[in-house]
Order: sequence, then C-alpha cells, then structure tokens
Amino acid sequence: MKNDIILSGVGGQGILSIAAIIGLAAVENDLFLKQSEVHGMSQRGGDVQSHLRLSDKPVQSDLITFGKADIIISVEPMESLRYLPWLSSEGWLVTNSSPFINIPDYPDSEEILKEIKKIKNHIIIDADVIARESGSSRSGNMVILGAASPFIEMPFESLQDAVRKLFGRKGDKIVDFNLKALNAGRECSNGLKV
Amino acid sequence: MKKLLLLGDEAIAQAALDAGLSGMYAYPGTPSTEIMEFIQTSLDAADRNVHRQWSSNEKTAMEAALGMSYAGKRAMVAMKHVGLNVAADGFINSAITGVNGGLIIVSADDPSMHSSQNEQDSRFYGKFAFVPCFEPSDQQEAYDMVFDAFEVSEKYKLPVLLRITTRLAHSRASVKRKEVLPERKLSLPVDPMQFILLPANARKKYKTLLSSYELLKYENRISKYNHFKDGIKRDLGIITCGIAYNYLLENVEDSIHDFPILKISAYPFPADLIKEITGRCKEILILEEGAPLLEESIRGVLDEGIKVYGRIDGTVPRDGELNPAIVAKAIGKPVSYGLDVPSIVKMRPPSFCNGCGHADLFNSLNEAMKPFGPGHVFSDIGCYTLAALPPYSAINSCVDMGASVTMSIGAADAGLFPSVAVIGDSTFTHSGMTGLLDAVVKNSPVTIIISDNSTTGMTGGQKSQATGRLENICEGIGVNREHIKVIVPLRKNHAENASILRNEFEYKGVSVVIASRECIQTAAKRKKSENSNE
Repeated sequence: MKNDIILSGVGGQGILSIAAIIGLAAVENDLFLKQSEVHGMSQRGGDVQSHLRLSDKPVQSDLITFGKADIIISVEPMESLRYLPWLSSEGWLVTNSSPFINIPDYPDSEEILKEIKKIKNHIIIDADVIARESGSSRSGNMVILGAASPFIEMPFESLQDAVRKLFGRKGDKIVDFNLKALNAGRECSNGLKV
Repeated sequence: MKKLLLLGDEAIAQAALDAGLSGMYAYPGTPSTEIMEFIQTSLDAADRNVHRQWSSNEKTAMEAALGMSYAGKRAMVAMKHVGLNVAADGFINSAITGVNGGLIIVSADDPSMHSSQNEQDSRFYGKFAFVPCFEPSDQQEAYDMVFDAFEVSEKYKLPVLLRITTRLAHSRASVKRKEVLPERKLSLPVDPMQFILLPANARKKYKTLLSSYELLKYENRISKYNHFKDGIKRDLGIITCGIAYNYLLENVEDSIHDFPILKISAYPFPADLIKEITGRCKEILILEEGAPLLEESIRGVLDEGIKVYGRIDGTVPRDGELNPAIVAKAIGKPVSYGLDVPSIVKMRPPSFCNGCGHADLFNSLNEAMKPFGPGHVFSDIGCYTLAALPPYSAINSCVDMGASVTMSIGAADAGLFPSVAVIGDSTFTHSGMTGLLDAVVKNSPVTIIISDNSTTGMTGGQKSQATGRLENICEGIGVNREHIKVIVPLRKNHAENASILRNEFEYKGVSVVIASRECIQTAAKRKKSENSNE
C-alpha cells in the first residue's frame, strides 16, 4: 500500500489541519509516514502545499516524485492545477470550487473549472457552501478531506477519530462542526471508489 | 516508548530534552523556529524549568548557551543559517575555548531560499571552526544524533554543529524516543584558564583544537552515521551527504544492491571511508544538499583524480535544493512528469494580510515620499519586506538584520536626502539599536521608522523583546525626545501620519517614528486564547 498525496491551497486555508488529521490516522493504522509542509514567508497569503506520503513500508524521500502523486487534495481551485506535474495518470484531483482571490490577475473561474475537468479523475465540490450548511463556514478543509477520503487507503472511521483527537481540546462544538463537514464531504464522493 | 509524529525541528527539541538539556537559546528564524517553540510548549521542560526564553539575537543566544555550558550543564542554541553569521564570533571562538557541559549549535539552512536571502551551507562553518558537524538524513537520525552530539561535545570538549535543511526541519515523520537522561549538575571548568582567550592561552588552545580535528577525522571512520555499502557495479559509486541519502534510496529501491553507496552524516569527512568507494569505482557521483563542499574537496584544485559527477560539472544543478527527480536524472533514471501546469495558473506571491498595519504605514510613507521620488527607503528583514512588491514598491533594500538603519546612515553620509530606514520592532532590538547609536553620535540626518507590530511576525508571532520598550530604548540611546514620534498606522490617520513623516524628513538630525499597531494575526490569536480562558 502506498498513498502519495499533495495538499494545496493558500496560506491560512487549513491544509496543515488536513495533514495533521491524515497523519494522526496513519499513526493509528501503523503506517509509515512523511509529511513536508511550508512555514515562514510563503504562508502570508501565498500558495502553500504539503507533500504527504503514507505507506506500509518505510518512506524514503520527504518529497513526492513528479508523476507519482495518487491524489491532489486542494482547498482552492486554481491551486489544484499548480501541482499537475506531480499527479499520476491514474491519480485523483479533489478540489474546492470556491476561489480565493487575493491577486489582481486571478483567472476566470469558468476557465479554471474547464481545466480541472480535463483531468481524467476529478471531483469538484463547493466546500464553502457545504461547510456553511454543516454549521461552520471555516470547516471547508474538512469537507474536502471527506470528499477525498475514499481514495485514501485507511478506514474512514480512523479519520473521524483523528478529527476528534485534533479538535478535542477546542471543545465538543468544534469537534461536531468538523465531523459534520467531514461526513458531508464524504457523501459527495461516496460510491466513486473503494 | 510510543512513537511520536514530529517535524525534524521537533525531533531535535524532543531529543535535547530527553538528553538532559538544561537551557535552550534561540532567535526565531525559518526554518529553525519550531525547535524553541516545541520546548516552550513542552510540559517536561516546564516541570524541569529548562531555560526556554527567546534571546535578542543569535549572538546573545550563542553566548548565553556557552555560559550555561561553562557552568557544566547541557545547552542548545538554534538559529537559521544566516543567524550563524550573527553568532559567528562567539561560535568560532567557542571552538577554541571548548566547552564544559555539552553544547550543540543547530543551524537550519534554507537551500532554494524558501524564506531567506541566501542559501549558504553551514557545513563550511563546521570546517572553518574545526568543530564536529552532524547532518541528519531523517527525523529519527536527527533525534538520535542529538544524544551523540552531546556525548561527542563532552568527550572532545568541543561545541558541535548540527546542520539541517528546510526539508528535514519542516517534514514530519514518526520518531522513537530513547530513555530520558538526567540533567547535569552545576560544575565549574576544571581548568580556570579554559575560557580566557588571551593570546598566549589562545595559541595553546588553538593547537589543541587542530589536533582534536585530526582525531575526529579518524573517529568518523567508525561513526554509525557514516557507512559504506558495497554494490555490484564498479563503474559508478555514489556518495551522499545528509538528506540526499533519502532521495537516492527513493530512486534505487529496486536496485539497491547495484551501486556502492557511501552515506556521510558526520563531519569532518572520513578519508578512509571515501577511499573505500573511490578505490572500487571508476567514477563517483556526489549528492549534497547545499554547496558542493565534499565535491570540491575530492576534486581538489587540479581535478585530475577520479572522474567526479556532481554540482560543479552540472550533473546536479549548482544551486537550489535537491529532489527525487534531480537525483533520478543524475543516476540516469527516466523521470515521468504528470501534466503541464495550465497557462491560466498565475503566481500567488505572499502578501500583507488584510488589515495589516504595515500596509497602512507604507501607504503613508509613499505619500510622504512623493516629492522626492523613489530610492530613499532602506528596509530590513520581516513581513514588511513585502512592501518591495506592487502595489507598494515602497522600499529599496533588504540585506541583513539591522542593515536598514546603518545603510540609511551611510547613504546620508553620501548626501542622500531624505534617507529613511524602515525596520520591524523585533529586528530593531535584534540588530538595529547599535546602528541607531552610531546615528546619534554623528547626528546623522536620518529618519528611522520602526514598524512596531509588537511581535516577531514573519516567523509566526513569537514574543518580541521590543514590546513596550521602544520609546525608552530610543531615548536611552540618545535620540532627542522631541523627535521620537509615535503614530498609529490606520487608514483614518493616513494624512496625519504622512505629514508627521514629512516633517521628520526635514529635521537635520536623528528622528525615530514608531508606527505602532499590533499584528492582526497575533491579535486574533490573543483574543482567541483570552476567550477560551474565560
């Protein structure tokens, strides 16, 4: 078993929480893991990415090789396209459709969606809307993780447990919002794989 | 013990605590910041009352750590690579004094300059100072090395350099802990002259240092961090340093027995081990994260020995960090790229947060600077350096910590008017204060703007030594009270702030304008934690 995952978005959108949840779940499942992340200057509204590698054998490189990523999980649509050189031909691209516009030359949203739809295996969902319906507009990242979860080779329950663990300190309400968002995301892609 | 999921930085911090650390010293700097942050949030560190406060800069951190070592206890100091330039005086001389309690200097390099002004390779500092240097290839090795580094430090009575790079510092993996060692007791150096580098004593101690370095070369033959594994091939052998080892293994997993591979993670280079591989193979590929330090040594000036491939001949790019694809190409393995990035994807550089006080300051500064045109503003290292980018394009320099103040003085000496510096509060107490004293003594016609967001913002909001002290510091250094102005950078104060700045430009002496408004990120975090405490 091997899952090479690229997480992408804009600084502050919560991709490190996604990484932390998958990481916690991986430890519980006795998987080997390496996960590199971006700190420092780029975090200030710039593009950020994290390479996350899970395997039942020891993982060597902290970085994923070009053309080898099994999944791109993106909380921002334009950012999902930035990492296509890493995506394998059979890989899945799971992305939010709500753009994060903080640059003057942000492309037309329709054009972006057109490019995403060219990818053989893709899932586009409006995570911001689904998150609001789940009770918290800030849990779009959990919706996207839920939507990508069928392609991550771990029991869904262990992701749910990891959400409880990660947000537990912040109280039951926060845990519930995030679990609802995760489950709602999962429903968007149920039946697509596994 | 249960495995922990730790960043490379955190693995080093956890190891230091487990190896009986008594004092951690640091100034924030990407990618090293999380070492101190981990210790500050550790319950064990709090229980034991391990020293864990930020220092004003890397030099003060280095020297305080040396002081703790003098008193017999184990100390660690951490910084980013350019921080070691600031700490270099203490660092180089600590090799000559030697240590009492074990002392580790962690220098976190940033190849590819993700968050830095250069990509200098700290291993050169190890060689320059004649100290042992460790370079872990993964998080577990980083953890284990801290124990060994303290041991080597105490065995040879030398400070030890631990060199890491961004990719290891900021990558997480599971780490197995060792048994926790007790802290060392207070004990003075046996030789009361050990730390006195009067020339007569320094000459003696320098000779001792040079002979220790030769011993280290010998010992590193058998270091568990350097190992040679023979392979079937005789045409190409591969030497890797530090994290390059992982990128190689990633590429040769199915052909691991083909190549003779020498992994080096403990310096100085063990010549005997290098001879093992060069003696067996016709050609050598050298993979190093950073500069071609080993490659240059093996080639020598004449480069007439064994055929070498590496960064110098272009087999591997001369600059930038390594990755699995670069290493694949270097060993002749095909790389399969996915799809191209569509042309509609635009660059998304970092930018000021919405509502950031720096942004309001630069709007007012640009307004005040209108009559004079561009080219008058020296700046510094921090979030406010983003003012170099449009739409602000408000600053003309970013060189090193504190250089805004001193460069504005030099430019004023040359006749530039107005000559203005913009520096952050934490950068000012790091290295701006001494420059300000120069300006006061000479009565330089400069305007020093301290953009005070009451935090060390760029690295994630660490406590700033300057908070609540700036006016007193400036007055104490000798700036005329009349020309220490405090403004609040808010849009509603724009016109007034621009006019205050204009007036201070006209003053023919040293002015300091403190533009004070809390970082919105820090403020949000503070409010959140206040609410949760209620």
